[in-house]
Amino acid sequence: MTPGEVETVYEALATTLDSVEASRRELFLAKLALLLAHDIADTGRVRRRIDEAARNLDV
Amino acid sequence: MRPAGRAETDSLYFDYPQFEAPADRARLDAPVPVAIVGAGPVGMTAALALAREGVASVLFDAKATFNDGSRAICIARQSYHILERLGAVAPFLEKSLGWTTGRSFYRGRQILEFEMPDSPREKYRPMYNIEQQYIEQFLWEAIEREPLIETRWQSEVTGVEDMDGGVTLSVRDPHGSYRLRADWLLAADGARSAVRGLRGLRLKGENYEGRYVIADVQMDHDYPTIRRALFDPDCRRGGTVLVHRQPDNIWRIDYQLRDGEDEAEAIAEANVRASVAAVLAELGYTGTWELEWWSIYSANTLALDDYRDGRVFFIGDSAHIVPIFGVRGLNNGLADAQNVAWKLARVIDGKAGEALLDSYSPERRGATLDVFANASKSARFMTPPTPGWQLMRDAALSLALSHPFAGELANPRQMTPYTYADSPIVSPDDPGFPSGPVPGAPLPEARVGSGYLSDLLGPGFTLLSIGADLGDGLVGDDLTVVALQPGSEAAEMLGAGPGAAYLVRPDSHIAARWMHPTPALVRAALQRSIGGGRR
Repeated sequence: MTPGEVETVYEALATTLDSVEASRRELFLAKLALLLAHDIADTGRVRRRIDEAARNLDV
Repeated sequence: MRPAGRAETDSLYFDYPQFEAPADRARLDAPVPVAIVGAGPVGMTAALALAREGVASVLFDAKATFNDGSRAICIARQSYHILERLGAVAPFLEKSLGWTTGRSFYRGRQILEFEMPDSPREKYRPMYNIEQQYIEQFLWEAIEREPLIETRWQSEVTGVEDMDGGVTLSVRDPHGSYRLRADWLLAADGARSAVRGLRGLRLKGENYEGRYVIADVQMDHDYPTIRRALFDPDCRRGGTVLVHRQPDNIWRIDYQLRDGEDEAEAIAEANVRASVAAVLAELGYTGTWELEWWSIYSANTLALDDYRDGRVFFIGDSAHIVPIFGVRGLNNGLADAQNVAWKLARVIDGKAGEALLDSYSPERRGATLDVFANASKSARFMTPPTPGWQLMRDAALSLALSHPFAGELANPRQMTPYTYADSPIVSPDDPGFPSGPVPGAPLPEARVGSGYLSDLLGPGFTLLSIGADLGDGLVGDDLTVVALQPGSEAAEMLGAGPGAAYLVRPDSHIAARWMHPTPALVRAALQRSIGGGRR
């Protein structure tokens, strides 16, 4: 992905998160995570990404 | 529980028999080889399995009729094979409803349809629905035909004392009390086992979130025998509902209580009626219905550390409590009964040493722990215990509306028969086999001629020889040799080329297999299978 492509995804996520009702944002992100994990089809990689995303949540 | 005005056993469709305590008081204190406490499905199966091996037993039950509180409804394929070997399967086949399909719905929309493994080479369907009262009645009819079994109803076992080579039971019935000696005792007295208490033993394990009301209703509902699971339905937002068809137009409805919903209030008749009516409306049923019975249930995974305590064996719910979602409560109990019976019979008649009995607990407790692992997954999906599990469950359901892969997370994956891989009496595998069941696994079914492979099994051990040349030296009173054609469906299921052989135990699990068997190898495996081998 080029930096520009990453930015496109970043913007799409931001606008979709804003269009989703606040109480449904967690659900939306969880669905997206399952969907992308299924596309990646690599359990080890997905699990590493889960661990990475769980870091620095309070910083 | 029953609707107001109806007695405890006043059923819409079943006439409960009334059994009397023994009137003839002579010889009640005579010693018996095997005493079985609890004349439920598991205790009766154990008695029938022992009788089939020529071993006499006495069944004790504190009640005067069949169970009213326990309501298993799903019998798995493997259990029908057990019932067949007891000569009891015919009335079950006639009465029960076989099924293969399950459907799951999320907010009224179907997200999954699953098929349980089935094929023309299977003699029985993967699952049958039948009320527990009929299960008990049909087993009881088989027991009444069996002279080796004596049943004493209204007879409560109040004491179990160890003695040299047996136990002494104290028994109380309406006419008085007496003591008798039993060489062996099978405790089949259920989840609240009195024998377990008398032995000072406790079940250990976990309780799960989620309480369910289970209700049976009678109605003319036109829907096939397909298990339905409703997640987050309109009639019970945030909860799960299960619907099963049973014979006699009886439908089982399980619905989950909300967090904080008061149990006593939930099981009040008016609330049960209102909740059931809401479920039926969701199902689109608009006709009349009658409430037959209801109860309340919560999921537990509890087991004894050891299913054997000296001369006492625990079988069925007395040894383990499993969540209903895996439908393994009754089915595992029947397998316990069969497992202990073939072993005990061989010890009693001197064919095997007592070491054989040490394999009962590892084999059957292993099966329980396997159920725990699967049932815990089901329970977490049905009733998520924490916010994290809840969010992912809801995400899977929501995603499943558009992406079927996520719906597979709602597949309960019921009833995979357990492989006794770590059993001390199962032989190591022959690594030469490209496929087929490993030692410890149940024998797969296959069509042979106009019948099935399971029809050919002998009364004890069976050697399936796929054209193996083993001479005549192996035929014995506990071994039946069956020749299978190389290239046949059975040989293919077994992954067995010409010259191979399988040794099958009396409970249809594989004891050993060889690409190139010799009489000496077969004899050694037989020896090991009855507890005489070395690890």
